[in-house]
Amino acid sequence: MVRYIIKRFIVSIITVWILVTLTFFLVRALPGDPFLSEKITPEIKANMMRYYGLDKPLPVQYATYMSNLLKGDMGYSLRYKNRTVNAIIADAFPASAELGIRSLIFSVTVGLILGIIAALNHNKGWDYASMVIAVIGVSVPSFIVGALIQYLFGIKWKILPVAQWKSFAHTIMPTFALGLGTLALIARLMRTSMLEVVGQDYIKTAKAKGLSPFQVTVKHQIRNAILPVVTVMGPLVATLLTGTFVVEQIFAIPGLGRHYVLSIQNLDYTMVMGLTIFYGAFLVFMNFLVDIAYGLVDPRIRVGK
Amino acid sequence: MEISKEKFRHVGINEEESQAIVRPSITYWQDAWRRLKKNKTAMIGLVVIIIMTIMAIIGPMMVPYVHSDTDLSNTEQPPSREHWFGTDDLGRDLWARVWVGARVSLFIGLMAALLDTLIGVVIGGISGFYGGKLDMILMRFIDVMIAIPGMIFIILIMVIVGSGVVPIIISFAITGWLGMARLVRGQILQLKEQEFVLAARTLGASSSRLIFRHLIPNTLGVIIVSLTMRIPSAIFTEAFLSFIGLGVKPPMSSWGQLASSGAAVLRVYPYRLFIPAFFISITMLSLNLFGDGLRDALDPRLRK
Repeated sequence: MVRYIIKRFIVSIITVWILVTLTFFLVRALPGDPFLSEKITPEIKANMMRYYGLDKPLPVQYATYMSNLLKGDMGYSLRYKNRTVNAIIADAFPASAELGIRSLIFSVTVGLILGIIAALNHNKGWDYASMVIAVIGVSVPSFIVGALIQYLFGIKWKILPVAQWKSFAHTIMPTFALGLGTLALIARLMRTSMLEVVGQDYIKTAKAKGLSPFQVTVKHQIRNAILPVVTVMGPLVATLLTGTFVVEQIFAIPGLGRHYVLSIQNLDYTMVMGLTIFYGAFLVFMNFLVDIAYGLVDPRIRVGK
Repeated sequence: MEISKEKFRHVGINEEESQAIVRPSITYWQDAWRRLKKNKTAMIGLVVIIIMTIMAIIGPMMVPYVHSDTDLSNTEQPPSREHWFGTDDLGRDLWARVWVGARVSLFIGLMAALLDTLIGVVIGGISGFYGGKLDMILMRFIDVMIAIPGMIFIILIMVIVGSGVVPIIISFAITGWLGMARLVRGQILQLKEQEFVLAARTLGASSSRLIFRHLIPNTLGVIIVSLTMRIPSAIFTEAFLSFIGLGVKPPMSSWGQLASSGAAVLRVYPYRLFIPAFFISITMLSLNLFGDGLRDALDPRLRK
């Protein structure tokens, strides 16, 4: 198990390093320079270039960026004067994290429940109803769900606040819009997995032992069926995270996703770089946690390696 | 009751008849098609996809407007007899834009899926077949690349190469082949130990013949299912990118771009979002339903 964790950790570090390197060289490969649009004299520009270290050869710049990054410094935003990328992330991350965690809890609990209900009522009304919800959830992109419910509940019927991020009522629609797709995926996966497990011999054994149907379902069926769901948690967190780009835009939530989209539209390269690295590292770390969690729950990995 | 001997007659055994195959033998693909036809939701999905494709081809020709032509005296028109889906803020006819957008979205979906399937199959096939060091290097590379979130990678590429249809397809292909390569490699690893491969090798088949004529055709079912599932995800990604202002830019049209400009005026002209949203959703739904049906039909374990 320790070897497994160490191995996963090393792979994660390498991944982050490759991501940073790729990001760095891709952004530096852009034509022009960051001060192209500003009306400044060549002397000032040269000063600026020197100040930011952009006059040095590429490998030196790379080394500087890496060493700054290791200290946790991602430089200044080109758009917001005098604000560092770090400060912007520190400002905006809490709202995004809150939205993400709410959506994750919502989609995992409701998704699991839907999947379990569907599997226990295989080929009956409940099964079809859950799967219709699941197929729609997978097919309708989050930005459409978001805009649609915003129009219906916010503008037309005025039940919920249209946008912004202030009270609990403000969080309901964004959470739903962001979580629906993930919810659908989890429900589908859980249903398939439950149906696979129900045919296994150990379920028969459990029944033969005289366990109550409730115990068989909860302790044997659900516990085993949940394993495949754990493996997809990493990609699901990634889906949620990219979902925040549009959902925050639609509901005017002052989060990181909105900053990311704005920085792309404004071509604020240090922000794009900083946020890309931040997101990438965050997701790699989440994947690492998921791998460990999987190692903990799956006896084959726990005992084997 | 007495049964007399005369009531029985000796018929004998006809060797040929007892060996005859009554039902016509059907191939794997015929069987898959037969099972797919029985799957109602999948067939509905297929019909909708066909209708969408036909409309993408003939839709723009049904109206006397060009998708990029502006008409500043007829801006923000609601759906009417002249403009079936209304017009946008520059007076461009939305019916024409929706169907030109369908062309773009479907084209991107199909091309992206085909390209990354092709790359994935070749690399996965080679990696699985030769094994050893090459396989190890390729798989470690894929392990690392797959851990980089696809959407962020695509956004980064789009920021650098710019927006438009071709950059989108290229960036999807760069990020999309990884999963396919892994899938094909796994299949090839299982297949290459089987007897028919040994038989072909004994008959003197070259490695490339073995890979492309024997091994890959046997994984085709899995590849096709994965390809079908890649199409809606590529359409979704394009819509997503256009929505955040990176994908297709006006005056060119795509469903995501239409939804994006519709969302900006949601309060006043909600139909401008709902029309493209409806087509995106219905197409994704049909492709997903068809893909699910295809997966079931091509899975030999579900054969009855």
